[in-house]
Amino acid sequence: MNKILFFAHLKDAVGEEFIQMDVSGKKVSEVKELIAKEYQLGKLESAMAAINEEFSSDDDLIQSGDEIAFIPPVSGG
Amino acid sequence: MNFEISKDPIDIQSVIDKVVQRNAGAITTFIGTVRELTKGKKTLYLIYEAYESMAVKKLEQIGAEIEERWPGAKVAITHRVGRLDITDIAVVIAVSTPHRADAYEANRHAIERIKEIVPIWKKEHWEDGEEWIGDQLEKVAYPTGKPEESDLNE
Repeated sequence: MNKILFFAHLKDAVGEEFIQMDVSGKKVSEVKELIAKEYQLGKLESAMAAINEEFSSDDDLIQSGDEIAFIPPVSGG
Repeated sequence: MNFEISKDPIDIQSVIDKVVQRNAGAITTFIGTVRELTKGKKTLYLIYEAYESMAVKKLEQIGAEIEERWPGAKVAITHRVGRLDITDIAVVIAVSTPHRADAYEANRHAIERIKEIVPIWKKEHWEDGEEWIGDQLEKVAYPTGKPEESDLNE
């Protein structure tokens, strides 16, 4: 099982801070596609993904238990 | 605890105190505040949100970058989250170094990096609406799905 976190406008669009879903064995890009379709998130492509609190690439593979976060372009400071 | 996300107002002096060292000839402090007007549009207040655990790690990474590039530097950063009103303090960065030029440069590096790699977002609330800043403006896009190496590791 994996915890998938959403922030900023993605959190508003999904309506949840996080969801639980088993996406182990999938690539980050595949999870993005899956989530974008499920929640009709048009702009997920411009978001980064993090696995276990570190930026990941589209080709990285998700392991069981990994925490995944979708990170829209940041605007802190 | 030199790198923190805070739900409470930031005490500037306590951030500065963290970088006091006998070898320092200078401490620079950057204080980021909430501006009322952006391109003529009036902000009522902001909401800052963070992926807190990762944000702390990324602030630590910025500190490590600075200590490597400016030997002898000490860094402390606190970023606020939650609702902030106009003039409230959103971020405080303190950097101490043996010589003043480095303290200015390293502090500038810290705020620019925060805007690139630290997972914190602000939602602007105006009289006629609200919007998460970042994505909608599409000022920064990540075509490869993540920041480029040059963004992540200077």
